[in-house]
Amino acid sequence: MNFAYQFDWSVLWRDPYGLMLIKGLGMTIFLGSSAWIIAMAVGITVGTLRITKYRLLRMIGTAYVEVFRNIPLLVQMFFWFYAGPMLFGEVLSRQINRLDGLAIYVSILGLGLYTASRIAEHLRAGFASIGKDQYQAVLSTGMSQVQMYRYVIIPYALRLTIPPLTTEFLTVFKNTSIVMTIGVAELTFQSYQIDAETFHGLEATTGAMFIYLLLGMSVVKFMDLVEKKYKIQGLMGR
Amino acid sequence: MFDVISRNFVFLMGGLLTTFQLAFFALVGGIGLGMLVGLARLSKNPWIYYPITGYVNFLRNIPLILVIFWFYFVMPIIIGEAMAPFPAAVIAFIFFEATYFGEIFRAGYQTISKDLIAASYSTGMTYSQTARHILIPIALKRMTPSLITQSIVTFQDTSLAFVIGLTELVRRSSIVDNMEVRSIELYGFAAFIYFIVCYTGSQISLYYENKARKVNLI
Repeated sequence: MNFAYQFDWSVLWRDPYGLMLIKGLGMTIFLGSSAWIIAMAVGITVGTLRITKYRLLRMIGTAYVEVFRNIPLLVQMFFWFYAGPMLFGEVLSRQINRLDGLAIYVSILGLGLYTASRIAEHLRAGFASIGKDQYQAVLSTGMSQVQMYRYVIIPYALRLTIPPLTTEFLTVFKNTSIVMTIGVAELTFQSYQIDAETFHGLEATTGAMFIYLLLGMSVVKFMDLVEKKYKIQGLMGR
Repeated sequence: MFDVISRNFVFLMGGLLTTFQLAFFALVGGIGLGMLVGLARLSKNPWIYYPITGYVNFLRNIPLILVIFWFYFVMPIIIGEAMAPFPAAVIAFIFFEATYFGEIFRAGYQTISKDLIAASYSTGMTYSQTARHILIPIALKRMTPSLITQSIVTFQDTSLAFVIGLTELVRRSSIVDNMEVRSIELYGFAAFIYFIVCYTGSQISLYYENKARKVNLI
């Protein structure tokens, strides 16, 4: 079997495919940013749990990171989407499965919880680089444990971990592609859909690759601004 | 409750075997190509440096699923006939993972002192001999923890070959799930297996990291 392939790049802009790619990009950005908010909230909490002085809390934090890091995101996503509603019992699960846009909520939650484990790891490294004397200095001003983390240690560690967090922020947008497997119409899903309708998957996926590249470059630019704004004076920059 | 696992055990384990096979080829190819990519990223020849740097930076910005699709679509055009999911996935993984392994090797090569390389040249060794006998063995040893960590990531990534219909562990779990609707047990089981393999791997990586720290290599 031998055939000459006829390229047709117009699938990247022709009606309705151009619009499909743009809608896909919109969904990718929406999913990535929403998941990032959850990931930061959970990640900061879990990361802080791992350095508290209470052994039980530390164990919970470590268990969270190990479980979410050592299972592929695809398996996690399938578990939340297919098995998640079943965990609530038969009656409730039927109602959950009827929800509009269930796949989108599951995607954001699944992606957020997964990314949180990675943020927690980076934060731990940030916490470790803050000297013990700093903790003591804060406590000596009369702050409580909670106040110490809330006002000094967490903001400090966050600013120190901006470069690795930039990588994570990029990764979260790349990882959104996995939710195509549960039927969410993000960018990769749309490029695959174009293949299903036109058999020009090569052009569609090539176009999608360049869109991801542009998205990635924009994220790096954005994080550069964040890094400049929150630079700690007196520490070595990049 | 777990009868669905025991009844389909052979079928699921067949999927796990495919997962391991894909991971094996992806790792051998990815690490092998990564060694060369790492060298190219430090090359002074612009005809080598810029194309390889472009390739690495490009692929590291693209989701793996899209890369798998792209190779799945492009291979039939190159070889002139349809390609089965397994070889297509292997090729996509080698090119994708080599960019990540390449950056690890680059970091490894950069830990090697210039004096050592100069000494190697002064004994009359050529560049490729220096690479083979000095650079690669030292980088392999120093970067063992990172290489193991990236290998675990690669092992998890193989689940994404699901999208082009490769019947690995996740695909087979979903096939059984479609017939029996036992999602909790099936995906829970798949998650458990991945966890065991990856957790073991991360402990091995930790062991090497501590060992290296003790002998002051890092």
